[in-house]
Amino acid sequence: MNFMKYRYSYLLFSLFFIIPGLISLSFFGLKPSIDFTGGSLLEVKMLGSKLTSFNQSDFQNSFGENFQISSAQHTTENQYVLRGKPISNAEKDVLLQRLRDSYGETREVRFETVGPILGKELIQKTFIAGVLVSAVIILYVWRQFHSLKYGVAAVVAMFHDAVILIGVFSMLGKFWSIEVDVLFVTALLTILSFSIHDTIIVFDRIRENVKKHPRAKYQDVVNASILETLGRSINNSMTIIIMLAALSLLGGQTVRWFSIALLIGAVTGTYSSTFTAAPLLVIWDEIVLRLQKRKVRKN
Amino acid sequence: MWKTLRVFFLIIFLTVVATFIALPSELPVSFSFLNKKVEYVMKRPPIDITIFGTRFQHDLALKEGLDIQGGMQVTLKTDMKDISPENRQKALDSAREIIQRRVDLYGVNEPIVQSAQSGEEYRIIVELAGVSDANQALQLIGRTAQLDFRLESASPSATATTSAIAYFDSFIKTGLTGKELKNAAVQFDQQNGQPNVFIQFDDQGSQLFASITQQHVGRVLAIFLDDFPLMLPVIQTPILNGQGTISGNFTLDQAKELSIQLNAGALPVPIEVIQQQTIGASLGQQSVYQSIQAGLIGIVLVILFMIMNYQFKGFLASLALIIYALLTICVYKLFGVTLTLPGIAGLILSVGMAVDSNILIFERMKEEVRAGKSFDISLELGFSRAWNSIKDANLMTIFIALILINPLDLSFLNQSGLVKGFGLTLFIGVILSLFTSMVVSRTFMRLFLRDR
Repeated sequence: MNFMKYRYSYLLFSLFFIIPGLISLSFFGLKPSIDFTGGSLLEVKMLGSKLTSFNQSDFQNSFGENFQISSAQHTTENQYVLRGKPISNAEKDVLLQRLRDSYGETREVRFETVGPILGKELIQKTFIAGVLVSAVIILYVWRQFHSLKYGVAAVVAMFHDAVILIGVFSMLGKFWSIEVDVLFVTALLTILSFSIHDTIIVFDRIRENVKKHPRAKYQDVVNASILETLGRSINNSMTIIIMLAALSLLGGQTVRWFSIALLIGAVTGTYSSTFTAAPLLVIWDEIVLRLQKRKVRKN
Repeated sequence: MWKTLRVFFLIIFLTVVATFIALPSELPVSFSFLNKKVEYVMKRPPIDITIFGTRFQHDLALKEGLDIQGGMQVTLKTDMKDISPENRQKALDSAREIIQRRVDLYGVNEPIVQSAQSGEEYRIIVELAGVSDANQALQLIGRTAQLDFRLESASPSATATTSAIAYFDSFIKTGLTGKELKNAAVQFDQQNGQPNVFIQFDDQGSQLFASITQQHVGRVLAIFLDDFPLMLPVIQTPILNGQGTISGNFTLDQAKELSIQLNAGALPVPIEVIQQQTIGASLGQQSVYQSIQAGLIGIVLVILFMIMNYQFKGFLASLALIIYALLTICVYKLFGVTLTLPGIAGLILSVGMAVDSNILIFERMKEEVRAGKSFDISLELGFSRAWNSIKDANLMTIFIALILINPLDLSFLNQSGLVKGFGLTLFIGVILSLFTSMVVSRTFMRLFLRDR
């Protein structure tokens, strides 16, 4: 099978996913959760209820659509701290009335507008770390594989995965109100390292085969290497996909979108090593050859 | 062969120890045997041993984050009376950042530090996991840590006659404060071995420090912390390089605390505790239980997949995988890694990734067998060839983890507990998966795998 024959189609296929994501990202952006935006904090004392303990869904049920709460924490005796979307003082009074209707006498302990948990500084520094990681990867891979193209292709594949994931969540945010939170940031970081890991394994096989068959055409060597590593790639991704599918389906509401983010990343990470990074190597090689030929002709 | 056996028994020993540590400290066992109901609670005592006079103590409990276990919530009120109304929001934000930095520098994992506004009052809410004592929490948050340098008043009469308070009030502010600090670090006095705090001023501070010390040789330049004189050193010689030490009969912990507070910066506004209370987990027991259950189902499915694909080899790899999971929990406990829900998910994912090395090795072995090599040679070749790719790929992940952990505390990188914690789990995952695939799997296969 000659995979590399269709090298431009793979890149086109990737663009098919990347472009809608980028369009959505530039028009709608991401839907930040209260981790990023801040919201309201309401502490209540449940005085008249027969219930001895409340959980998040008890509160959510009585609030309905009016107040999306992201957490309900028990503090002392019958007091609970609720955190959720920003609401006004008047809205809060409506909510308290609802609690009274559902659970009897309820007293407000405090009501505050709270700032974000994730400051700008964290986002900025995570971004700097991302740039530094990319630089280290390019330099190290360049050194290990004796050619700049490997480093650049690995980092491009990594960004490919990141952009698709962010784009998908931008669309999810627009159409299904899925928010990005602390967990999303963690998922993104995991995906970056997974993507690089997978790409290096494909590159390693290419390096080995180039050494073994120094005279073969580069494109054929890359193709053979991909064929050889495909079994491993698919089997490995299957184990991770099994794990994540179990988490997404059975792991409950809190980790669902985190698992789905990782799942998307695992699929694109596997795809991009074989169908983004490797074609880029071949294309880079072609361009270099063409430039060399032109130089020779000129001389 | 003997060497392999030795390694095998070492692995078995390690697994037993790891199981012992990884299990919860109290494990109720109940089953019926020959119509007799057996109910028993297995208990594991905490480690408390003394070797060569050094006491080792560890309760072997898994540290759980705010989301799983809850912690201590402290609400602080800021005193904004000296700040103009338009600057109050900014002052609140910077106070929040500084408290966050202090808590992070102390190594509390994944704290929540949030600014809050209630009517005209500006507050900061701090939540710390695993802290049960309000005093401990307050110590972490710290006081304002406003450092400044003041000159002794020139008129000598004041010193002899008036009270201490009046004496300290007579010091003249020099304009040199903690703001001009570039760095503070704990060091030890070369003469008496006492811990003290080394300080380095930035360029502007160095110039100011140089001109003050040049002009006032022989006079007292007092170091005040939060308006209280910490030490009253006499300027012996002009200091031109902007370096100095603060000493004051500190214990090591005090010196460390001071250096952390100085590094994190002074709070722009005075703070005061208005409320402290324990706070429950932000996630219900339900969701934690669900994720663990999902993880276990996932692991069983992965094991089935491995056995279906690689038969007996897959079974051996699955054993190695279980050892990997036990070792990971064991390391988490020993090194005090805080476990949060994303941490659990990450752990589950890392099991999936740890399989990768095994799959690489198996696929390599298949190729070597196909190429006509004998079984034993294929086995060894499979490991040594796969090692090349495993090494490069994992080294990359280690780089990424180190940049996220930021062990040198470089200020342009992340110092937040959240990202650091994630980096740490990634790092532990990679190292342990390398160990299980290259040592555990290999030993198992050398011992139990025969050509069929």
